[in-house]
Amino acid sequence: MTYNQKRLIKIIIGSIFFGIALIWRPSDIRIYLGLFLVGYFVVGGEVLLRAFKNILKGQVFDEHFLMCIATVGAFIIGEYPEGLAVMLFYQIGELFQSHAVSKSRKSISTLMDIRPDYANVETMGSYKTVDPEDVSIGDIIMIKPGEKVPLDAVVIEGHSSLDTSALTGESIPREVSEGVVLLSGCININGMIKARVLKEFGESTASKILDLVENASSKKSKSEKFITKFAKYYTPSVVIIAAVIAFIPPVILNNQSLSEWVSRALVFLVVSCPCALVISVPLSFFGGIGAASRMGILVKGSNYLEALARVEMVVFDKTGTLTKGVFKVQEIKPKAIDKHELLKVTAYAEGFSDHPISKSIKKAYGKEIDTSKIRDVKEYRGYGVNATIEGRNVLVGNKKLMDKMNVKNLDIENRIGTIVHIAIEGTYVGHILIADELKDDAKQAIVDLKNIDIKQTTMLTGDTKHIGEMVANNLKIDKVYTELLPGDKVDKFEEILKNKKGKETIAFVGDGINDAPVLARADVGIAMGGLGSDAAIEAADIVIMTDEPSRIPIAVKISKKTIRIVKQNIVFALGVKALVLVLGALGIASMWSAVFADVGVSVIAILNAIRVLNVKEHINKNLEVIAN
Amino acid sequence: MTKKFRLKGLDCANCAAKMENKISKIKGVNSVNINFMTMKMSIDIEDSKSDEILESAVAAINKIDSKVVVKSA
Repeated sequence: MTYNQKRLIKIIIGSIFFGIALIWRPSDIRIYLGLFLVGYFVVGGEVLLRAFKNILKGQVFDEHFLMCIATVGAFIIGEYPEGLAVMLFYQIGELFQSHAVSKSRKSISTLMDIRPDYANVETMGSYKTVDPEDVSIGDIIMIKPGEKVPLDAVVIEGHSSLDTSALTGESIPREVSEGVVLLSGCININGMIKARVLKEFGESTASKILDLVENASSKKSKSEKFITKFAKYYTPSVVIIAAVIAFIPPVILNNQSLSEWVSRALVFLVVSCPCALVISVPLSFFGGIGAASRMGILVKGSNYLEALARVEMVVFDKTGTLTKGVFKVQEIKPKAIDKHELLKVTAYAEGFSDHPISKSIKKAYGKEIDTSKIRDVKEYRGYGVNATIEGRNVLVGNKKLMDKMNVKNLDIENRIGTIVHIAIEGTYVGHILIADELKDDAKQAIVDLKNIDIKQTTMLTGDTKHIGEMVANNLKIDKVYTELLPGDKVDKFEEILKNKKGKETIAFVGDGINDAPVLARADVGIAMGGLGSDAAIEAADIVIMTDEPSRIPIAVKISKKTIRIVKQNIVFALGVKALVLVLGALGIASMWSAVFADVGVSVIAILNAIRVLNVKEHINKNLEVIAN
Repeated sequence: MTKKFRLKGLDCANCAAKMENKISKIKGVNSVNINFMTMKMSIDIEDSKSDEILESAVAAINKIDSKVVVKSA
C-alpha cells in the first residue's frame, strides 16, 4: 500500500468517527470527546509523531508542529469538532497536494521524455541491446521503427522518416537517408536505419538538452529568490503574531476570554506555511522551461525566462539569423548570349575559387567543371577574377572591376544581393544576381513580435547599406545599422543598451558562432540553429533549436505566460492568506477557512502552475505559420 | 566536484528549500541545488573530505525530512 493510500484510509476512518460523534451527540461528554480523540489520533497521529521527532531534532517552526499546536489547542479550549475537522481537512489537502505534485511531475517528465533507454549495438554480426551509456564513438547501431535515436549518429544504411517534435516542436517528420546526421531523442517512424555513432551518450543531444533543462532551475529568477526570502521570515512572523494575539488582548483588555483569543491565534498557526508559494512559483518556471523545450526553445535558466518576459526590444543579426546565410543564384540576365552559356562561362572562370559567391555559381551550374579548360587565372581580391576559358578572355566581377577594365554598358540593378558582371573579350554579356535568401518565416516573426507588443526591432549587419536597408524594409524592421565589422557590432549594441530605460530588457538574436560577444553582452542572448552546434549552446542564454526566427515570439509568449501565472499565484496565495489572517484576528474566519487558505490554496496554485505546460496553443499557431 | 543525487520521497517543497539552505551552509559546499520537481540534488563540493561533506549533507536532509532517501544518480 502506498503512503497516500494509507493516508486515504486514515482519513476515511477519521471521517466516520467525526460523523458518528456529530450525529449521535452522546450526552456523556467523555464518550463525545473520546470519539473525537480516536478520530484525531487515527488521522493526525503521524503528524503528531513527526512534530515530536522534529522537535527533538531542533526543528521547531515546522508545519507539522504548528498544525499540532493548532489542533491540540482547539481541543484544549473545548472546540473538539474543530480540532478533528482541521486535522482531517489538513490531511485531505495534503493528499490533494501530493497528488497534484506527482501529476505535475509526470506531465513534466513526459514533456521531456527524450531520454533513450537503450541502444541496439552491432557486435560481430548480431545486435545486442545495451545501455546507451555503454556505446562508444564509431559503434554501429540499429534503430528500428518506433525506437528513439539513442545517440547522435550518422546514417550508413537505410532511410526513414524521423519525428523530431520532442526536440524541435516540429510536427512534420524529417526524411533521413545515408549520410544524414541523426540527433538523439528523435523517434524513428517507419524505416530500419543503421548508423555510426558520432558522440558519446553524455555528449549527445538528448543528454545535453536534459542536462540543460534540469540545471536551468539552479539559475533562479528574482521571483524565486523573493519567495525563498519571504518563506524564511513568513513562518516565524506569523507564529509570533499568533502568540501576541493569544495572550496580549486578554491581558490588557477587560472582560476578554482567553479561549476566544487563543482560538483566533490558532487560525494564524494553520496558515503559517508558505507552501503554496514555495511549490507553485518554481513549478511555474520549471514548467515554462519544459514547455519551451518542447517547442525547440532551450532556456538556460529561470532568470532568463524572467528577463525574456520583459523584453521590449529585439536586436537581430542578419546573415544566418533572418536570412538563410547561404548564397544562391537568384537571376541570370544575359545580353546577346545564351543563358546557359553565360552561367557556364562564369562557373568556369570561378572554377578555382572557394569564395561563397563562386560556390553558389558553381552550384547553380551544377555540372562537373573540366579544369583543363581554364587558363591564366588572375584573381583580383575583393573585385573578381579574370581567366581564359577555351581561348576566350573572361572577366567576372563587380562594377569596380568592370570600370577598371573599361567594360561599358553595364546593367544597373537595384535588387537585394550581389551582382556579378561578366564580360567576354572586353564586351559586356550580362550579369548574375546572387543573394542570401530570407528565411521563410522571417517576415512572420517580425509581425508576431509586433503583435505581442515588442516596441522596437533592430537589425545589425556587416552587409552594405544598400542590402541591409532593403532587407530591413522588406521585413518591416524598425531600425538598421549596416556595414558593421564584427567589433563594431558589440560597440553598436553597447550604444543601444546605454539608451534603454528602466526595467525593459533587450534581446539579441544571432547565429551563435560569430555573434558570441554580443550574445554574451545582451540581457537575453538568443542563438539560432542550436541543433548540432555546441558553440551556440555555450554562448547563449536561450537556444532556438530549429533555425526559425518565428520561435522567438513563441518564446516570449511562453515567458510572459509563465510570469503571468507566477504573479497570479503570488497575489492569490498572499491575498487569501492575508485575508484569512485579518479575518482570523477579528474573530470572523474559522479554522476551516484557515485550512483552506493553507492547503486549498496550494492545490489551486499548483493546478494553475501546470497550465504553463500546455504548449498546444503555440504548436497550432506555429503550424499556421508553416502553412502560410 | 559536482555530484548528483536523487531524493526519493521528497514531497514538500518548503522542506526542499530548507534542505538547500542548510546544505549550502555546510563547510566545503560550494553550491547546491535541489530541484523539487525532478527530485534531484546537484551539489558542488570541495574534493578533499568529500565523503564527510556528503555525510553531513545527507544528515541535514534527513533532519528536515526523515522519509527522504538519498540515492546517487
